[in-house]
Amino acid sequence: MSHFHADIRQRAEELVALYPRQRSAMLPLLHLAQEQDGYLSDEGIAEVATLTGTTPAEVRGTASFYDMFHLEPVGKYVVGVCTNIACLLAGGEELLEHASSTLGCAVGATSEDGLFTLEETECLADCNVAPCVQVNHRYVRTTTPETFDTMVQDLREGRLDHDVPSHGTLIRVKRQGGLRVAKSDIAAERAEALAARTARAEAAAAQQESK
Amino acid sequence: MATLDAPRIVSSRRDLADSFTLNRYLETGGYSALRKALSMFPESVASEVDKASLLGRGGAGFPAGRKWSMLRRAPISYLVVNGDESEPATFKDHYLVERDPHQLVEGVIIAAYALQVTQAFIFLRGEFALGLERVQQALNEAYAHGALGSKIFGSEFSLDIVVHPGAGAYICGEETSLLEALEGKRGFPRIKPPFFPAVTGLYGEPTVVNNVETMSNLPWIINNGGEAFAALGVGRSTGTRLFALAGDVKRPGVFELEMVKNTFRDIIFDPALGGGLAEGRTLKAFIPGGVSAPWFGPDQLDTPLGQDEVGALGSMLGSGSIVVMDDASCVVRATWRITKFFSRESCGQCTPCREGSGWIERIMYRLEHGGGRMEDLDLLLDLCDNIAPGLSWPPQQTTICVLGPSIPSSVHSALSMFRDDFVAHVNHGGCPHD
Repeated sequence: MSHFHADIRQRAEELVALYPRQRSAMLPLLHLAQEQDGYLSDEGIAEVATLTGTTPAEVRGTASFYDMFHLEPVGKYVVGVCTNIACLLAGGEELLEHASSTLGCAVGATSEDGLFTLEETECLADCNVAPCVQVNHRYVRTTTPETFDTMVQDLREGRLDHDVPSHGTLIRVKRQGGLRVAKSDIAAERAEALAARTARAEAAAAQQESK
Repeated sequence: MATLDAPRIVSSRRDLADSFTLNRYLETGGYSALRKALSMFPESVASEVDKASLLGRGGAGFPAGRKWSMLRRAPISYLVVNGDESEPATFKDHYLVERDPHQLVEGVIIAAYALQVTQAFIFLRGEFALGLERVQQALNEAYAHGALGSKIFGSEFSLDIVVHPGAGAYICGEETSLLEALEGKRGFPRIKPPFFPAVTGLYGEPTVVNNVETMSNLPWIINNGGEAFAALGVGRSTGTRLFALAGDVKRPGVFELEMVKNTFRDIIFDPALGGGLAEGRTLKAFIPGGVSAPWFGPDQLDTPLGQDEVGALGSMLGSGSIVVMDDASCVVRATWRITKFFSRESCGQCTPCREGSGWIERIMYRLEHGGGRMEDLDLLLDLCDNIAPGLSWPPQQTTICVLGPSIPSSVHSALSMFRDDFVAHVNHGGCPHD
């Protein structure tokens, strides 16, 4: 019995098939597991292990390296406020403090209603709109306490549902088309191209010599 | 006066609202370079890139053509594009993947053709949710258009490109760490030698890893010729480059400028570029190439934006990000935040980096927040010296990758340039700015 819902399971299997080795699908699959559960549940981890040909321990050991993976439940919205150098200069620490009081939770914690988890992030590469704020990894571009509070109100009342989908950085990434070439075909194609190139190089060398 | 007459090579579509769509891309000359490349021999395509002497735009500035030619001894298995842009205050690749994904895709197909690779990966940092969507959408459109997939544009060349999301780890910008992440593991940088994935890369096979901006230059180079690209800039720094300007300036943003033809003064103060500092403020310091780079002061403002020009003064152009600090900024606080970043992002494999970054961060914390001691100033330098002996530039390395030796840059710079500020923090028992 699959823990993943049918559509997630199907996307997971498609992802695994994209890579020469199944373990390569680890990070995208963990994103899918979070998309479904909001965090990496034991069941989600076990399923990723099966799909990648690893053990739950290896999956957990890998996931724990990466900041985006949550090993414990988080709020519906993960709010990240950057305080790295460009944002620091623009008041990132003050905005983080403000966010903490607006959301009613400490940095790294989840609000009591389970709606928000607040994180202090490293640089999110949007430094011309500093301090940078992301919600579920979508740039919301609220740089002042006032716009931040409006954004939070909009989130609460569902006005940002389109701009800020729920968890999962791949939730709107849908691959269409693609190419499944048999390894033998690739090898043959490459050998042919290499032979042609060698022949051209030899011909050029011979021409050089005859001069 | 800033020199702004160079062609826009990678940001030509920046003013178009729908710059990321296939239709707009085709209307503005998209995929013509790919058609041209496919009519050439693969080695001729590679030779155009050699002629352009395109330096890698990721941070290390290694010639892209040489990365490719090292590989020609053995057939290459994989092409991997590094879009893990995480160097603080660097946001040029963010612009490229969101605003011009087809240009990136076309560049990757051209590079794959030159290298005769049939499998490529575009690694994007996981926080680029929209970027991941845009690049996947561009790939979908390219497949449908015949520009990607089997027998591209009727040629004998086939290619598949997979978008791979990262998951929040600065270290994955280091190319061997990125390959580990792509293999589904913790992002631990690999022990060198071999120094280049060209020898042992993804799954132990020869692999080329190039930056997003590097790839995005290729369509223009093929359309206009490597010599036209090399004619821009000066010396080893050819072409144009995207500079990300952030911090205490009126108009932070990404600007494409011809290499070497402009100075830091131009990009910070020109009304068409950074627009200068806030009224009444003066420049205290700036970081010329990402937080791994040693700092510059007002005396270095007239240094040209070129790899060798910045290198000669003991810093680096690095990732092309410039952070400006004005006289109201606290350099101790800035340094503390930078060391906190390195401490959080150290992968933990090597003792000097793992322990050193934490010790330095804690000392910087107490200097900024109260509890700092006068002897901390020398202790900081001693710690830095243990991570990168001699505190020279480029730094000596005691660790597997260059994250470790990047830690001392800001501490050493700030202490050398603004020792009085540190002393004031000790005497005041915390930050006098608070």
